[in-house]
Amino acid sequence: MEVFDLLMQGFQVAMQPKNLLWCLIGVTFGTAVGVLPGIGPAVAIALLLPITSKLDPSGALIMFAGIYYGAMYGGSTTSILLNTPGESATIVTAMEGNQMAKRGRAGPALCTAAVGSFVAGTIATVLLTLLAPQVVDIAIKFGPPEYFALMVLAFVTVSAVLGDSTLRGLTALFIGLGIGVVGIENESGQARYVMGIPQLADGIEVVTVAVGLFAVGETFYNASKLNHVADTIERVKGSILMTADDWKRSWKPWLRGTAIGFPFGAMPAGGAEIPTFLSYATEKKLAKHPEEFGKGAIEGVAGPEAANNASSTGVMVPLLTLGLPTSATAAILLAAFQQYGLQPGPLLFETNAPLVWGLIASFYVGNIMLLILNLPLIGIWIKLLEIPKPQLYAGILVFATMGVYGMRQSPFDVFLLYVIGLLGFLMRRYGFPTAPVIVGMILGPLAESQLRRSLSISQGDPWVFLQRPISGTILVITVLLVVGPWVWRKVKNTQPAA
Amino acid sequence: MKALSIIRGAAVAATIAASTAAFAIDNLKVMVPANPGGGWDSTGRALAAAMQSAGSVKSVQIDNKGGAAGTIGLAQFVNSSKGDPNAIMIGGMVMVGGIIQNKSAVDLSMVTPLARLTEEYLVVVVPASSPHKTMKDLLAAFKANPGSISWGGGSAGGSDHILAGMLANAVGVEGGKVNYVPFKGGGEAVSAVIGGHVAAGISGVSEFAQHIASGKMRALGVSAPAKQGAIPSLKEQGYDVVLGNWRGVFGAPGITTAQRDALIKAIEAGVKSKVWEESLKKNEWMNTWLAGDDYKKFIDSDVKRIGDILAGLGLGKK
Repeated sequence: MEVFDLLMQGFQVAMQPKNLLWCLIGVTFGTAVGVLPGIGPAVAIALLLPITSKLDPSGALIMFAGIYYGAMYGGSTTSILLNTPGESATIVTAMEGNQMAKRGRAGPALCTAAVGSFVAGTIATVLLTLLAPQVVDIAIKFGPPEYFALMVLAFVTVSAVLGDSTLRGLTALFIGLGIGVVGIENESGQARYVMGIPQLADGIEVVTVAVGLFAVGETFYNASKLNHVADTIERVKGSILMTADDWKRSWKPWLRGTAIGFPFGAMPAGGAEIPTFLSYATEKKLAKHPEEFGKGAIEGVAGPEAANNASSTGVMVPLLTLGLPTSATAAILLAAFQQYGLQPGPLLFETNAPLVWGLIASFYVGNIMLLILNLPLIGIWIKLLEIPKPQLYAGILVFATMGVYGMRQSPFDVFLLYVIGLLGFLMRRYGFPTAPVIVGMILGPLAESQLRRSLSISQGDPWVFLQRPISGTILVITVLLVVGPWVWRKVKNTQPAA
Repeated sequence: MKALSIIRGAAVAATIAASTAAFAIDNLKVMVPANPGGGWDSTGRALAAAMQSAGSVKSVQIDNKGGAAGTIGLAQFVNSSKGDPNAIMIGGMVMVGGIIQNKSAVDLSMVTPLARLTEEYLVVVVPASSPHKTMKDLLAAFKANPGSISWGGGSAGGSDHILAGMLANAVGVEGGKVNYVPFKGGGEAVSAVIGGHVAAGISGVSEFAQHIASGKMRALGVSAPAKQGAIPSLKEQGYDVVLGNWRGVFGAPGITTAQRDALIKAIEAGVKSKVWEESLKKNEWMNTWLAGDDYKKFIDSDVKRIGDILAGLGLGKK
């Protein structure tokens, strides 16, 4: 077990008191960064880079990595409590998590998010330790046709978030697709739906839309009903920690979320949003009580939270093995390596083994620290919900406005936030689901880009999607998902008659 | 009420964090109009580090905004930084092409030219598994069936795209037949080449260097006048194609001449530092410093030159 020996050497590095301290500082700071809207881990690390140039490389890199995955833990908190996702990876968490919070189950929601993140982070680190070179070889095999096939699969499974009425769900999805195409298009550089407003040339940030629809829209909706309906938010009901039933319902989603999230993180164009959608859809399909989805199903928090954490560890695979940054934060981490004259890649494992393995070992340590740090915090966080409703919603508006402004320091974004908030209010008022808007907005432009690249490479031959083994397989699975249940029902119905 | 003060506390903390980022005088805001991992990104980060080491700035906030040959980032820079004496943007030849080709509503005359920093030559690579062993092989296949060679590189109309068009010109293939596949930022293009998803890749030498060294890509030629290290130039292989991709720095629209000169001075201090020298060496960039009015003249003439190349290749007309 050569890997095991190397990992043990890594632990010797990671367990040095000063490195433990850096790790603790990193994960604590990361949690704070995750909770505060508008400041992502990429910005936080970029701001710290200059002050750390004199530090010892292992300590600094351990701290930076801690900030990165610490932010993933913290990000779920505002999603669950305030329905205000701070970043795109935690949008899905807000859907069920906030419903749970409204039913007095904020504690278990935060708990399953924290433990799920821990489980996913740890398993993903084991996979990183053992399989990094193999995983990256497979991830590189994904070209535009494979990514397009994945998008098709994601679109199909997304019916899980469409809600009860297909027509209303599809309407919402198409609103999202429409918002997604606004801006200068990548393949040809043409402006679409910019309407002469230069700010729109940048496109619309998905976080702005999510916060507008979820937090602002809902605040408007509640404000409009404040004097008519009795207060329906239940503060805290039952245990603030998870019950035996919660554990039983959470552990499988954690594992499935990890299995979905890790490979996506390792893929050069994978991202953290799509695996959270896929995990949500999977959990809804497999749940014993699918009717609970939309009303606070714990599986819908456990799965996506595990998926986004596993994906953030997966990002380390191409970064460490190829020096290939696949997210903004990974690019900053790459810059941090380069600050010390280190170039991530296969050679780094040979020339700087203690540093690389020390860093990997610190992931194990950091995940344990985050669990210990986050569980007691739950008790404090849920007190937020004891704030009277008018003040609470006012606070949410302040938080949402600040976060959106903080992202690009653009007053136009704040204007947009409230326009979208109004749209969210109208959609709620007339019974349209809002989640499909986000799905369409994220998947639409990605799918378009990959489709056009695929067809360009294949010189316009659409069969490329079926001829390539990986994309072909994904598309066949997609077809089975659509046709399968229908055929199954037919067969089942005809059997008794025969 | 205790809980309310937690919200308030968090709110104050976030405001403080946001305001130090936005208003501190010693904080330089660098707009990198490309996704992380590409040439502008490394230029911006290297320059920031150099300026910090020279003590001409205290802290730096780098903002990546990729896509459409940098015109997305340019639009944001023009819109959000007006009159800000602490904001700079990285840019270069790719952006000049992008503005022309995209008929961008914003262009380089709206920002304040500060200094040209470097020039870098482009390298043409194929995946390690490619059947094409030499530039001649690749271009023969390209000439026989132009569509069969997909060229992966940066944004449409950028330097990578221009080089593909110039190669087409050199072997007598119509510019419009070039099968060019644009990727956002450098990272995605690298993986498309390594994974064999495109037939060939074009990018700055620095972006592909470590993958050429590790054997995952095979370098067939550089767009320099002479060979670069072990890689032969296109010119010495008989193709009259030379293309230098320059990168430089721009200030915000509407800053005063005094503010412009102060920024140039701060950048110059960084460029004279040892840290910058090391970056140049590491990335194989050539130092081609040109500042102020001379730089502005250079840009004006380059806008025309690139416009002619693009139009001649059929890339500029739409």
